[in-house]
Amino acid sequence: MPVSKLVGAKVRRREDPRLIRGLAHYVDDISLPGILHVAILRSPYAHARIKGIQTEAALQVPRVVAVFTGSDIGDRVGAVPVASQNPTLRVPKRAVLASDKVCFVGEAVAAVVAEDRYAATDALDRIRVDYEPLPVVSDPEKALGRESPVIHSEWPDNVAFRWTLKQGNLSKVFKDADKVVKQRLVHQRLAPIALEPRGVVARYFPGEGELTLWSSTQIPHLLKTQLSLMLKLPENYVRVIAPEVGGGFGSKLNVYAEEALLGYLAMKLNRPVKWIEGRRENIQATIHGRGQVGEVEVAAERDGTILGLQYRVIADIGAYHQLLTPGIPPLTGLMLSGAYKIPAISIEVTGVFTNKMSTDAYRGAGRPEATYVVERMMDRVARELGMDPVKIRRKNFPKPKEFPFKTATGLVYDSGNYQLALDKALKLVGYEKWKRQQKRLRSQGRYLGIGLSTYVEICAMGPSAAMPAGGWEYGAVRVEPTGKVTILTGVSPHGQGQETSFAQIVADELGVEIDDITVIHGDTAVVASGIGTFGSRATAVGGTAVLQAAQRVKEKAREIAAHLFEADLEDLVFADGKFSVKGVPKKGITLEQIALEAHMARKLPKKMEPGLSATAVFEPSNFTFPFGAHICVVEVDPKSGAVEIKKYVAVDDCGKVINPLLVDGQIQGGIAQGLGQALYEEVIYDENGQLLTGSLMDYALPRAKDVPRFELARTETPTPVNPLGAKGVGEAGTIGSTPAIVNAVVDALSPFGVTHIDMPLRPEKIWRLCQAKEAASAGGRR
Amino acid sequence: MIPAAFDYLAPATLEEAIRALGTHGEEVKLLAGGHSLLPLMKLRLASPTLLVDLGRIPSLGLISQEGDKILIGALSTHYQIESSKLLKEKCPLLPQTARVIGDVQVRNRGTIGGSLAHADPAADMPAPILALAGELRATGPQGERRLKAEDFFLGLMATALSPTEILTEIRVPLLSGRCGTAYLKAPQKASGFALVGVAVWLKLSASGICEDIGIGVAGLAAKPFRAKGVERRLRGKNLNPSLIEEAASHTAQGVDPMEDIHASGEFRADLARLYAARAIQEAAKRAGV
Ligand SMILES: Cc1cc2nc3c(=O)[nH]c(=O)nc-3n(C[C@H](O)[C@H](O)[C@H](O)COP(=O)(O)OP(=O)(O)OC[C@H]3O[C@@H](n4cnc5c(N)ncnc54)[C@H](O)[C@@H]3O)c2cc1C
Repeated sequence: MPVSKLVGAKVRRREDPRLIRGLAHYVDDISLPGILHVAILRSPYAHARIKGIQTEAALQVPRVVAVFTGSDIGDRVGAVPVASQNPTLRVPKRAVLASDKVCFVGEAVAAVVAEDRYAATDALDRIRVDYEPLPVVSDPEKALGRESPVIHSEWPDNVAFRWTLKQGNLSKVFKDADKVVKQRLVHQRLAPIALEPRGVVARYFPGEGELTLWSSTQIPHLLKTQLSLMLKLPENYVRVIAPEVGGGFGSKLNVYAEEALLGYLAMKLNRPVKWIEGRRENIQATIHGRGQVGEVEVAAERDGTILGLQYRVIADIGAYHQLLTPGIPPLTGLMLSGAYKIPAISIEVTGVFTNKMSTDAYRGAGRPEATYVVERMMDRVARELGMDPVKIRRKNFPKPKEFPFKTATGLVYDSGNYQLALDKALKLVGYEKWKRQQKRLRSQGRYLGIGLSTYVEICAMGPSAAMPAGGWEYGAVRVEPTGKVTILTGVSPHGQGQETSFAQIVADELGVEIDDITVIHGDTAVVASGIGTFGSRATAVGGTAVLQAAQRVKEKAREIAAHLFEADLEDLVFADGKFSVKGVPKKGITLEQIALEAHMARKLPKKMEPGLSATAVFEPSNFTFPFGAHICVVEVDPKSGAVEIKKYVAVDDCGKVINPLLVDGQIQGGIAQGLGQALYEEVIYDENGQLLTGSLMDYALPRAKDVPRFELARTETPTPVNPLGAKGVGEAGTIGSTPAIVNAVVDALSPFGVTHIDMPLRPEKIWRLCQAKEAASAGGRR
Repeated sequence: MIPAAFDYLAPATLEEAIRALGTHGEEVKLLAGGHSLLPLMKLRLASPTLLVDLGRIPSLGLISQEGDKILIGALSTHYQIESSKLLKEKCPLLPQTARVIGDVQVRNRGTIGGSLAHADPAADMPAPILALAGELRATGPQGERRLKAEDFFLGLMATALSPTEILTEIRVPLLSGRCGTAYLKAPQKASGFALVGVAVWLKLSASGICEDIGIGVAGLAAKPFRAKGVERRLRGKNLNPSLIEEAASHTAQGVDPMEDIHASGEFRADLARLYAARAIQEAAKRAGV
């Protein structure tokens, strides 16, 4: 190995200059000659039969070209796909435009195509849909009741699927335990709110029979396959391009009705078409995250040893499945051991249809829910036993020498040192000092709270055997005749910074300048194959493929160099970007020179193919399991219910760090989103299925001033799963942070007898709990 | 998120603007900063056929002093108010309020006149104008009218302005002597508007007695109001924390509080009491109690 220069260094993001200067190309920046604009009419009802649609008036609007309804399309476009092997799964048909009935507010019922966006939007107002409202169920618990309306009449009830996992003698464990603590927990629905909403441009060349679709997606290759199936086009005539993508957080890890619809319209009209999602559409019709209501029970011994955990949870699916909808709650189930040795675990998931938009993967996807369950319960149990939350965690960590550690849920944690991360965080935050401060301030009627979360998560997805559509990744490295290096990757970065980190990996491996490297991604006609960016997998899986391709290129370069030097392979050394013969360092040959020879192909070894490029597909043997310790200190004002974060410390271990700036950026953004869930965010539908948080005036995102300074630190425990030693960091911040903040607020309010509050921790909830306590104690005094 | 088609007019004088209002009837809307009107149009909750932009009428955007009054042109932006030296020195309650409106972009576009005319119950600006017993001037085809702040707000997004009138100026007193002011708001987390906002202006005598006090409350009810019951309990008194708290506990008395997903009426009312007490304390402290 050459001396590592770039891997591990704080290399600034190479993608930023174009983003900051507004020179990047998002879907909406793509303009094609003759392009038409699409606007979509969406249902204002959560559940209604469509008795008729009149489109004539819309067609009269100047510059309107066509109007399509579900019955115009019929079965010419296949249903929106769901990837799941669950045998209990019920899959209601989700057409790209609804024709018989609508099942949630925002479901698409018609599409207007016009010469400009204004005309298309104007025409929406002229379409008359005759709806017959049907009874609505929006609460997942009520949807399971006998009295509930059934959304999909093909089945007798609203159960979408069931999934269970059980390991260990739970009944015995719970019978013998010194302490059993129960808690009901709500993981509210969240809207991912990527800065750039979705958008699609589609173009069809009838002569060539070629469909090109630009989409703001995280998974161009998977989308290509699914589009070809939905549109019944041969896959090799479909090209998907993900241009600059302005954030995804899982919301673009999907195959959406609009993507297929636009493909169909382009083919039908023989003109390019564009659809750009508005923010209100984005909140209505882009997937939501979380949405679980569960009952957890934990059995523990008096000394804090956790013996067992059972979780019965209702997952709020929404009206239909999207691509990974049924796959999210099982991730919660698998991670219920958290960072602890818990010998007996069971989970029962009931997926339930409701008249709402689908839930699916949102940053963390199932793991934030698991971490919240486990970390909230560690605090609950500690409190019941009168133990310090630090002590109970320490007691149940697997020791470093116990790795690889097998959980009761059947996972094998690759590597870890949980104690180390916690100790570092405790020291950084000044735990004992805050404890004393808390005590002092309480006597003055001020309420400090200290909250811990020692999380572990599952990522680098993942071995193909455990994935719905392949878990490998593709990478290629090509040295051009001029010596410039092109990396092709099947991952589809959209903010994570792999144009920088992959170039770092290859620059080190091939000894070339980072500025001579370019990273290409997101175009299925250019990058041969791929899976995409999600599940914190791009670096660990995709980066490894790129590394392996670079290693193959280097091997070939070495062979060419040996041939040119007429030396044995073993006598060659590689240093400072040059091959030379041992002992003759002055007479070196650069990769640039070798690349030229490889392309001229006049002096190559016999039988060697010309050119200097290689591909690799990396199939990981396991997931990876990043971990860390987050500690949050808050002050709560019981009179107003306001929460102030006074200090936030995060020690994260994502294995080997390729670029600390990128890792810190991911952690910071992740914590901000985790904080959003803890304190502010919630998608609210009323009992009629109306979306009450339909704009950013009502859906509360954290703003810059709500996000405190995070003090970040690291431990670095490499994974043995891939040669980079990198685990993944895209979701860790979100997964680790939420329970730390909630635990802190609950700790602050413990003098009021508060043991739990459901998220988001809105001021009014806190105020109510404190009022109740004050009233009770005033009553007691009287 | 695209408004329906509309015509646009940018008159250079007030007279022209008034004429335009008169000729187009109901369908015409004045445009100031556009930060309340344009969002409504994008959602197609408003679809005027003509927008009359006030932005080219220079006289509407000035802040000046006349005797013991400060004159604020209706088109003055929140940022102008926040940064006006005159206001900061002589009527700091307005800059204190402007500072907590929206974000920098909003403050650079949004105007005091637009905010008052729009009469969003959760808007901040009405609170200090009520507390200061400001005077509003409006011009219409019949000439100029003077309106007391208290008479201006009629209800949920309803004011005493007629559709053919333009709000031109807001007059507030120049504060002198031992005065203290404060604006405190509990923001609605998503929009930043006030769940409850309380503006307080008070004046102490040389011996520390509360000579006069004005309290304006935004966010709590369908229309912003003056908390006269609280004022009455403090006027002529020596201010101390328990008196202030007792007086502030009457802030929501007789008020029908708004309720929505962000806060119940009960919580809003309690916040109003709390924020009133805290704002009065703060103002008293600034006056040197
Ligand atoms: C993201 C965002 C955040 C915001 N946050 C806050 C906040 O925290 N607190 C707050 O108080 N406000 C907030 N606002 C509102 C902001 O202050 C608006 O600018 C203000 O309410 C309206 O002023 P405008 O100049 O933009 O008026 P416009 O939108 O131009 O007009 C509003 C209405 O008033 C009428 N009008 C305007 N000027 C006159 C006039 N001179 N005479 C008669 N009628 C007139 C218009 O016809 C229209 O009906 C926010 C707005 C946005 C977009």
